[in-house]
Amino acid sequence: MNIVACVKQVPDTEALIKVKADGSGIEEGGIKWVMSPYDEFGVEEALKTKEKFGGEVTIVSIGPARTMETVRTALAMGAEKGIHIDDPALYNADAYATASALAAAIKGIPHDIIFCGMRAIDDDSGQVGSILAELLGLPSVTVITKLDIEGSTAKAIKPIEGAQLLIETSLPCVITAQKGLNEPRYASLPGIMKAKKKPVEVKKAADLGLTVEQKSTVAKMSPPPARPPGKIIQGDDPAAKAAEVIRLLREEAKVI
Amino acid sequence: MRELIVYAEQKGGMLVDVSLEMMAQAVQLSHRINGTISAILIGDSCGYNADELICHGAHKVYLVEDKRLALYQNAATAKVVADILSVQSPEIVLIGGTSVGTDVAARVAARLRTGLTAHCIDLSIEEIDGEDQLVQTVPGWGGRMSVKIVCPQRRPQIVTIRPGVMEKGDPDPTRRGDLIPVMPVLTEDDFGARTLAFVEEKTKAGSLDDARIIVSGGFGLYGSGGFRLIEALADVVNGEIAGTRPAVDHGWIEEERLIGQSGKNVRPRLFISIGTSGAMHYTTGFSRAQVVVAIDRNASAPIFDVAHIGIVGDLNRIIPCIIKELTKEALPERTRS
Ligand SMILES: Cc1cc2nc3c(=O)[nH]c(=O)nc-3n(C[C@H](O)[C@H](O)[C@H](O)COP(=O)(O)OP(=O)(O)OC[C@H]3O[C@@H](n4cnc5c(N)ncnc54)[C@H](O)[C@@H]3O)c2cc1C
Repeated sequence: MNIVACVKQVPDTEALIKVKADGSGIEEGGIKWVMSPYDEFGVEEALKTKEKFGGEVTIVSIGPARTMETVRTALAMGAEKGIHIDDPALYNADAYATASALAAAIKGIPHDIIFCGMRAIDDDSGQVGSILAELLGLPSVTVITKLDIEGSTAKAIKPIEGAQLLIETSLPCVITAQKGLNEPRYASLPGIMKAKKKPVEVKKAADLGLTVEQKSTVAKMSPPPARPPGKIIQGDDPAAKAAEVIRLLREEAKVI
Repeated sequence: MRELIVYAEQKGGMLVDVSLEMMAQAVQLSHRINGTISAILIGDSCGYNADELICHGAHKVYLVEDKRLALYQNAATAKVVADILSVQSPEIVLIGGTSVGTDVAARVAARLRTGLTAHCIDLSIEEIDGEDQLVQTVPGWGGRMSVKIVCPQRRPQIVTIRPGVMEKGDPDPTRRGDLIPVMPVLTEDDFGARTLAFVEEKTKAGSLDDARIIVSGGFGLYGSGGFRLIEALADVVNGEIAGTRPAVDHGWIEEERLIGQSGKNVRPRLFISIGTSGAMHYTTGFSRAQVVVAIDRNASAPIFDVAHIGIVGDLNRIIPCIIKELTKEALPERTRS
């Protein structure tokens, strides 16, 4: 089976993010970059699928030179090869432009099933998998916690608010992974060594016959509005502090 | 006249809350751009929900009834919605940022080759370069940034709206609107992925949505063996319990009671957060609470930056005092009744 997994490199969740002075983006200095956690579920499911049915896993990622590290991480987990789309026109791409670039790369290779994370944890948009499917003319099953492939169809479970959908899809298709789908493996040391020799093609947008078309633009980034500082109840006596908070809630805030 | 269209999502035959929250938002925006409001209602037989949409401000309801759409079908729904939008060329389209809404919105936007801004927490109309633009605010970077997005060229401007961040309006039963039946054009190809079943889960977590008081706990409860104290406090204040990721991971609460980016957005009058450090992932979930009280032993925990009232101290000593104080006063009333 020809399996594709799309991954994005994002700042580590613990990284302290600062906005550039002109509000146009974030300061990148000092940030640790990692594979977006939901993409790890996608890579893991891709590897499990390969282990069950045979075939190859190709990793596709977009981003500047540092992105290669994330591609290598996925190769170290067990994928066979990678495509790294490195083009400045795509560095701050919106979901549509991102999906177009992924679609252009994936069109050129055989694909029976494509995995993405349900969303990247930096911009949180959660659209790329669906747009990718639409651009490739494929069905999509998004944000799933269970996948069973049988022949040329697959059944998946998609939790929604207070319910679950049981969905059947034909292959090829796009699947986006949610937490709970699997437990991503760690790259082993031999895996890391082998990954260094696995082939990764680096491509520009033009190599893919792509002109980047951005649909929306970021007008401004700013830290969220600060709230006025709250009131801290001082003192050593827990009973006195308890009495004071109740007084404030009753008499000032009037919420209890 | 410029048109605003709301995708009216339903679940189990009922409109979901965010559908009505979006109607209220559409009413506000329509005043600014002098537009009309329409809703798209899709299902097997769901026309009965049209009245509620009209009472909440819809001038028109595009009603698509088709047996094949009794359950939510992503590609087919996207096609039907995109077809209506192509014909109507609206200015703005609002879709709920629910699981289903997020899924369908991206496919709709891709079909129309237009932009989509996901999970907006605020919308406004601002004049940019001499034109009215929809300015879409989203939290980025796990809520650590607020990002304003515009879609300057393409129309419609499509956004998904985070459930629970906007207020529903009051229904006005005297309002009148038109019901416009639409025949969907669908083939077998539009059902490459097919929803076979919708299985409702029995949880009580729905009650978090309308809870007036929520008592939420975090990893700080570890030392006291779990949620016993949280439950006791929730009991006396008549509140619902909720918590952070570690509280879910330790099995103290169900996943449905997780607050934050990967969980629920709540809007109670009072939110009490106990033994929680205050990660942005968590605090975005209650940014609209009227009053936030935090209890934590670490005076420099970021939770105190978002709390209106903070108590620094050991929760194991403070919560029992609060419970005692509240029950002490409640007791006489109980003995009377
Ligand atoms: C992509 C992503 C999404 C996420 N989404 C969410 C989400 O939706 N919701 C969510 O909650 N988390 C989410 N998280 C996790 C989040 O980043 C934090 O790790 C989590 O919220 C921390 O939970 P906590 O405050 O309970 O635990 P901790 O950070 O461990 O804080 C425990 C607190 O308890 C205090 N404490 C300990 N003992 C006592 C005592 N005896 N008395 C008083 N105080 C005490 C400590 O001082 C500390 O402040 C997400 C993370 C990622 C990466």
